[in-house]
Amino acid sequence: MAYNCIVLVKQVPDTAHLSGKTMKEDGTVNRAALPAIFNPEDLNALEMALQVKDRHGGQVTVLTMGPPRAAEVLREALFRGADRVILLTDRKFAGSDTLATSYALKCAVERTGDYDLVFCGRQAIDGDTAQVGPQVAEKLGLPQITYAESILALQDREIVVQRAFPLGKETVKCALPCLLTVISSANQPRPPSARRMMACKLAATPLEYPALLKQWPEFETAEALDHYLTERDQKIPIWTAADIGADEEKLGLDGSPTKVWKVEYVVLETSESKQVPPTLEGVSGLVKELIQGHIL
Amino acid sequence: MNKNREVWVFIEQEAGQIAAVSLELLSKGRELAERLGSRVCALLCGHGIAHLAEEAIYHGADLVLLADHPDLALYRSLPYARVAIDLVQARRPYIFLLGATPNGRDLAPRVASAVRAGLTADCTDLQIGDFRQKGRVYSDLLYQIRPAFGGNVIATIVNPEMHPQLATVREGVMRLGAPDRTRRGEIETIEPQFDGRDLVLQIVKREMQPPCCNLTSASIIVAGGAGMGSKENFQLIHELAQTLGGEVGASRAAVDAGFIAAEHQVGQTGVTVRPRLYIACGISGTVQHRAGMDQSSKIIAINSDPAAPIFQIAHYKIVGDLNQVIPWMIRAYHENAK
Repeated sequence: MAYNCIVLVKQVPDTAHLSGKTMKEDGTVNRAALPAIFNPEDLNALEMALQVKDRHGGQVTVLTMGPPRAAEVLREALFRGADRVILLTDRKFAGSDTLATSYALKCAVERTGDYDLVFCGRQAIDGDTAQVGPQVAEKLGLPQITYAESILALQDREIVVQRAFPLGKETVKCALPCLLTVISSANQPRPPSARRMMACKLAATPLEYPALLKQWPEFETAEALDHYLTERDQKIPIWTAADIGADEEKLGLDGSPTKVWKVEYVVLETSESKQVPPTLEGVSGLVKELIQGHIL
Repeated sequence: MNKNREVWVFIEQEAGQIAAVSLELLSKGRELAERLGSRVCALLCGHGIAHLAEEAIYHGADLVLLADHPDLALYRSLPYARVAIDLVQARRPYIFLLGATPNGRDLAPRVASAVRAGLTADCTDLQIGDFRQKGRVYSDLLYQIRPAFGGNVIATIVNPEMHPQLATVREGVMRLGAPDRTRRGEIETIEPQFDGRDLVLQIVKREMQPPCCNLTSASIIVAGGAGMGSKENFQLIHELAQTLGGEVGASRAAVDAGFIAAEHQVGQTGVTVRPRLYIACGISGTVQHRAGMDQSSKIIAINSDPAAPIFQIAHYKIVGDLNQVIPWMIRAYHENAK
C-alpha cells in the first residue's frame, strides 16, 4: 500500500553560528546577516518520509511557510527526493507566532489533498519551541507522535513508531492518518543527489522570475518563462492566505496571542573574580581556599 | 475580561512519583497566586494516584483536580489533552504552567491550540507585571521570560488577551519550597469522558531508565566542553568529578562531539543547575551554556583562551592547559582534603 506523506519544513537562521555582527543595536537578530539553512530536524523528517516512499511507494509533498527566499529549502527538498513542493508566502503571515503558524499550515495541508502521514522536525533551531508540530496535529484533528526515532512497522492503516527521550524509549502504535515529529537521532538525511539536481535545477517560484529573466535573456517575458517551467514541472507554486482559504484574523500578528515585549542581551556579571596562576602552586592554593571555605 | 485569576499547574507523575519540576511549579504558582490574590489549582492525571493529591497540597495547591482513570495510567497525548482541554474550556484559568519535560512539551501545544491561547516554551523566569500596547494597559500579566535565538538573547513574552497564559517552564530553574504538611486544600474528582478518537494510540512498550546522573541536585559539578579535545581526554572530567564527589556536566559542543551522553548537558537545551561549585573545563561559555549554570554559587573556569566568555562570569579564572591544571587539581585535593 502506498502512502502520501506531507513534510512541513522551515528555513531558519543558523543560530549555532551567531556573532556580534549578526545582532542589531536593539538586541534583535539581524536575520538578513545570518546564513539561512534547512532546519536540521526537518531534514530528518524529510528523510523519514522519503524512506516511507522508498519502501511503500506514494508521494512526498514538502510545504514551507516563509518569505520568498524560503524557496531555497524547497529546491533542496527537491534535490533530496521530494516529489512536490509548495511555498506558503504572504505578507499576511508575517509576525505569526506558533498558533498562527500552525493555523496557516493546517489550512495548507488540507489544501494539498489526501494524505496519510504528516512529518515535522521536532523543533526549529531559531525558537526551540517544538510547538508547531503538536498544534498542527490538533488543528487537523490528528493524533501526534512526538520524538519519533524510527518507524518499526507500517501496514495497512496502522503505524508502529519508536519514540526516544533523554531517559528512555517508548513504542506506540497508532491508526493513520497521524502526525510525527522527528528527532535528530532518527536517521542520517540523504544528501542532495546529482541526478535530482540536474533534473530540478530550474525549479523556481514566480517570485523569482524577475531575477531569472536577467540571468536568462533568452526568455523575453515572464509568461514565456512560466510556460517553460510549467511544461517541465519546474514551477514551484506559491500559495497565499487567500489560496488556502485562511481566515485572516487568525494569521500574522492579529492571530498571534503571544507578543514579544522585550528582547535583551544577557548581562554578564560577577561580584568578585580572581585570577589563579596556571601553576601547581596556584591551583593548590585555590583548592586549599575552597576546602577551608567548605565549598569543597 | 477574565475575572478568574487562578494559576493552574499540571502535575506530571510517573510510577507514583511527582516530577520535581511540577513541585517547583507549585512553589512558583503559590507566589504568583499570592501576588494576584487568587488560588493555585493542580491538575493531577493518572491511575491509582489519588494519594499524590495531598502532596500537591503540601507543596502549594489550594485545589487539586484529580482525574484518576485507567486510560490515563501512562502519559498519552490524546487522553491527557482531552482532560486538560475540557477543564480549561469550562473554567478558563488565568495562568496554566507545565514543566518543559518531553511530556509537558507534548501536551501544552495541543491544549493551547485547542483552546486558542498563547503558549511560551521553556521559560526560565516568570513574573507578574503590567503591559501597555496601543494605549491600553493590561495589568498583572504574566511575563514569560525565556532565552531565544540559541540563547543569545533573553525575550520577555506576554499574552495580553487570549487566556489562559500558558507556559512550559524549564526543570530546575524555580526554587523548590519545602512541603508544608499542615496545609489543607480541596480535592475535586474529575470523571473524564473519552471517545474512540482519544484512544487511537496505544503504548506497546515503554522502557524508561532512572536518571543516570542527578545534575539538578548536585552540589559540585565538573563540566567539560569542546576544549577537552577528545572522548579519551574527557576522562579527566570524570576523574576530577569523582575525586571531588561531584557530578559530570557538559556543554552542548561536547555532547555534539560525542564526548559524553546528552543527559549530561547543561544549558538552554540541557538542564539548568545551581550547584555550590561549578568547574567549567574547556568550555567557551556560549550564552546558551551560561543560561544553564550562571546561578552557581562559585564558578571556576579553566580555559586556554583568555578571551573565552566563560571568564566573564567566573569567580576563579585559570588561563592554562587543562591537561596540566586538572591533574594538579586532583593532586592538590588529595594532598589537602581531610
